[in-house]
Amino acid sequence: MAKQLEKKHPLAIRWLHWINFPLLTLMIWSGILIYWANQVYGIKIFGYELFHFFPAWFYEFLGVPFRLAEGLQLHFFFMWFFLINGIIYVTYLIFSGEWRAILPVPGSLKRAALVTLHDLHIVKKLPAQGKYNDAQRIAYTGVILMGAAAVVTGLAIYKPLQLSWLTALLGGYEWARWQHFWLMIAFVGFFAVHVAQVALAGWSNFRSMIMGYETVDIETKIPASSLNETEGATTV
Amino acid sequence: MSEQEKKSTEIESQVLIEKVREIELAKQKAETSDLQNLVRDNTARILNEKRELGTSLSDDEAKREMSRRSRRSFLIGGATALAGIFGWRLLPDETKQNLYRRAFEFNERVSQIFYSPKRLAPEFPREFAGARVNGMEGLSGEFNLADWRLRVGGLANRSEDLILTLDDIKALPRTEMTTELKCIEGWSIVCNWTGARFSDFIAAYQPKTRNGNAPDAVNNPENLLPYVSMITPDADYYVGMDMPSILHPQTLLAYEMNGAPLTPEHGAPLRLATATKYGIKQIKRIGRIDFTDERPKDFWAERGYDWYAGH
Repeated sequence: MAKQLEKKHPLAIRWLHWINFPLLTLMIWSGILIYWANQVYGIKIFGYELFHFFPAWFYEFLGVPFRLAEGLQLHFFFMWFFLINGIIYVTYLIFSGEWRAILPVPGSLKRAALVTLHDLHIVKKLPAQGKYNDAQRIAYTGVILMGAAAVVTGLAIYKPLQLSWLTALLGGYEWARWQHFWLMIAFVGFFAVHVAQVALAGWSNFRSMIMGYETVDIETKIPASSLNETEGATTV
Repeated sequence: MSEQEKKSTEIESQVLIEKVREIELAKQKAETSDLQNLVRDNTARILNEKRELGTSLSDDEAKREMSRRSRRSFLIGGATALAGIFGWRLLPDETKQNLYRRAFEFNERVSQIFYSPKRLAPEFPREFAGARVNGMEGLSGEFNLADWRLRVGGLANRSEDLILTLDDIKALPRTEMTTELKCIEGWSIVCNWTGARFSDFIAAYQPKTRNGNAPDAVNNPENLLPYVSMITPDADYYVGMDMPSILHPQTLLAYEMNGAPLTPEHGAPLRLATATKYGIKQIKRIGRIDFTDERPKDFWAERGYDWYAGH
């Protein structure tokens, strides 16, 4: 059967994606080193705390205690690279037209729900899609917005006097700090789902994020998965 | 069965077949239009996402091309990752500490570019004020409140220290503010402070200037020496402040907290209270103040924290 190489991910996207991985990891890690010094958040229901961020064993296991200075050093050094990488990424998305592959439209919500039902093996049909399905579009656009929100809430607690209007807009210093913390938790949640989906999608999909290409059968004008006849695996 | 009957049965069955065919066709049509609708009702179509497909290749060619490209990418990616990880690990601690310090100083310059003394921290109703004790460095030694004097160095037209009493400070315009104190650990608390604005202190006790003229904090703040050093009487705790933060209207030499004279653990008799910096800069029990050209040493900066630590 004749084959074609399909370019899935431009070089810039691949580099920016993989550079972002250690940068975001370092921002989260240093954030936890800082948070340890005043660990106040938890999940509470009717005043009863179900889970405290974080349990002692977590800190002990990762060797977090008494590293506030180091956390601040890392956080306020790598923040620049995280910010610059993010700005280049968004700029590239806009000017290369790659935004067409990751932006959701109003109808995406319905299709994303169908994708989710498909992934949970409740329905067999998968809605038509381009490079990414609609659940991915929402997730990938969402995580960019989360990145922007992390910068904005971070600035609000970094410069609460000079940017007091921003801090006030977010509900004050304490609330901005709370938002900054929960964005970190959301990043960790995104990461967990992302990695699980990549693992399910398989090697060829993972490899395409490194080398850019995937092989497709030439007869398939529209990818088999978008014809919905088979239970094609969703690509992540 | 007559010829006629036969014919009519034939026609009937043909009509039936036609009908079945029509139904089947309609079904197929419906299915294809469903399919088309499904394809058309597709985010990729709506946003005009394009696919980038290469030329037709045989299985072997495709495999070879993919291996070639994979090898290249994995080698470059792997080498970059290893260089990053080992490069960072091999970097001596001292180099890293220098790097972090320079990053803090870079951030400080960026902060100062955007700094405006006109921007104020929000003030809160007086009844929001609370108290939290943290940081006893410089407060542990023997200390007699009655013997306390403030020594001031770096003033204009004098070589020896100026020695002031608390009453001298209280004689300056009395200013009150209720602001949120932020600890570098992450917590914050609203406190009410009463004291003399540092800018009023500078107006009253003129520090040295760069050009030797009288200081004018309002019209020519650049002429003031760029730093202020503050040290506890036992010299165990010390902070450095930049002049713009010192001149900020919400920077006080405070002698009262929440409407009462400072208690020892909050820095009696005189401490710095400022909305421009983290708590680590808001030195308690000030023993001496120096106006200086050189960046003053700072207790927490020596321990890896940001010297500027400014909001």
